[in-house]
Amino acid sequence: MINTNISIGQYIPGDSIIHRADPRTKIILSLAFMVIIFMMNSFWTVFELTVFVLMAVIISGVPLKHTLKGLKPLLLIIVFSALLNIFTTKGTPVAETVPLKYITYEGLIMALKLSVRLALIIISGSLLTFTTTPILLTDGIEKLLNPLKVIGVPAHELAMMMSIALRFIPTLLEETDKIMKAQAARGADFDTGNLLQRAKSFVPVLVPLFVSAFRRAEDLATAMESRCYRGGTGRTRLRQLKFTHADIKIVLTVLVFVAALLIQEYMW
Amino acid sequence: MSLDKSIIEVKDVSFVYKSSNADRPDVTALSDMNLSIREGEFLAVLGRNGSGKSTLAKLMNALFLPTSGTIIVNGLDTTNEELLWDIRSSTGMVFQNPDNQIVGNVVEEDVAFGPENLGIPPEEIRIRVDTALETIGMTEFKEYAPHRLSGGQKQRVAIAGILAMKPKCIVLDEATAMLDPIGRKEVMRILRKLNTEEGITIVHITHHMDEAGKADRVLVIDEGKRVIVGTPREVFSDVKRIKKLGLDVPQVTELMYELNKCGYNFPTDILTVEEAIACLKQSLPSGKEL
Ligand SMILES: Nc1ncnc2c1ncn2[C@@H]1O[C@H](COP(=O)(O)OP(=O)(O)OP(=O)(O)O)[C@@H](O)[C@H]1O
Ligand SMILES: [Mg+2]
Repeated sequence: MINTNISIGQYIPGDSIIHRADPRTKIILSLAFMVIIFMMNSFWTVFELTVFVLMAVIISGVPLKHTLKGLKPLLLIIVFSALLNIFTTKGTPVAETVPLKYITYEGLIMALKLSVRLALIIISGSLLTFTTTPILLTDGIEKLLNPLKVIGVPAHELAMMMSIALRFIPTLLEETDKIMKAQAARGADFDTGNLLQRAKSFVPVLVPLFVSAFRRAEDLATAMESRCYRGGTGRTRLRQLKFTHADIKIVLTVLVFVAALLIQEYMW
Repeated sequence: MSLDKSIIEVKDVSFVYKSSNADRPDVTALSDMNLSIREGEFLAVLGRNGSGKSTLAKLMNALFLPTSGTIIVNGLDTTNEELLWDIRSSTGMVFQNPDNQIVGNVVEEDVAFGPENLGIPPEEIRIRVDTALETIGMTEFKEYAPHRLSGGQKQRVAIAGILAMKPKCIVLDEATAMLDPIGRKEVMRILRKLNTEEGITIVHITHHMDEAGKADRVLVIDEGKRVIVGTPREVFSDVKRIKKLGLDVPQVTELMYELNKCGYNFPTDILTVEEAIACLKQSLPSGKEL
């Protein structure tokens, strides 16, 4: 019923330079890239960005098909904002007839650029999760948030929560599956009826699931305590994050490219 | 390893679960418990449901502090908060549900959890993790996600996680209860190995009498009190008493007991199938094979 073998965080194993780079580098760069993508507005810079992102995908070795699949859930948003742009941008109408009168050339170009930019943001974000294991991702986030501890950001706690969530997702999925099968054996029906009926049939699954999740949380807390867990202070790590040549190469490439983009966008 | 030095000393310990609800009374889980666990021994703890076994285990790990009395673990008083981490790293605990005690997303990361908490340098953690995985025979699984392991393997990982803290003693609270026979055997084999080869003291709470039969000593508690302590032979030979305490005896012991009821006169302290066979052979008319 439920596929318990799904790979969480959608990590795709590989040995590309992007895979090898430090998670911190990748997190910072993909965040910076999202901002840059928003700043770029001219036709050429958006085009160059597209080429650059596609090249990054190719270098990473992640199948293009996979990358595009990631766009699916956000298709609706992309289409919606594109339509909004088509009909609200003022300019020269495409034709004089009634429906086309409301559409302008400027609107079309605007919509195209916006859609492409949204897609690029999503792709560069998913490139991060495609090339970084969830564990390294949480390690990276913790390290990056560490300086913010002084203003009260619970960096270690957030990372620990993410990591425990990742640890328990497969366990809870397996359990959901077990409960569903048990309920189905007693005649529960999860597959027919309208949306409301189906949602209702999930209540007998969710209740035991929640009860057991709380029990698990309690057990885990005790086990962690008995293994000397006392928060992030004084804690060392088995795995050390290290910047390598891969990071230098990637950072330099992105820096040069972004500088070129900025010059084109603002100085030309 | 010296069997006379005690590693855990339980002195006049009582423990009361204070009720937060006025309608419900406080529960006295342990009363006036006295026990001395010797360094290097394999102690099995038996008792019916609710007799106070888990409470006793948690007291040994300073997860609970005694309501009265004292517990000395490896020479350290568990009420001394400054010694908490020394106490917990010298006596590790393995719990019943294999799924609910693994913290890491990968086997080796989980084994490293304890040493990481103790602030041990990364290179040293690496060595400890590798050694611990080697000892429990799971080196090849070090990159596995825990949900892909069997129950027995998960419990072995939990044991490795404790070994990496270099403990003197391991307390297992029904750690074999949720395992299939193969998983139970795996875990028991590891425990015996740790006990005999590394001299680690084992306190094994269990409902499986055959496991208790292999221990050096057996402690039976009932209603929060220590009722019997002795070698498995001593403890299980009194079948009637054991049954009265809501427990069973190992299957062969029971068989001999039933035979004796029918008029035979076998020894009452038989624990293994081999011993039973030897006895039965003797009682056969000479020349016949069993
Ligand atoms: N958190 C708690 N609050 C109140 N009472 C408790 C609590 N935990 C245990 N008890 C009570 O304390 C007594 C001893 O419980 P304990 O869990 O130590 O028994 P046990 O021997 O481990 O039983 P089992 O074989 O079922 O694991 C029982 O009567 C139990 O109901
Ligand atoms: Mg218990």
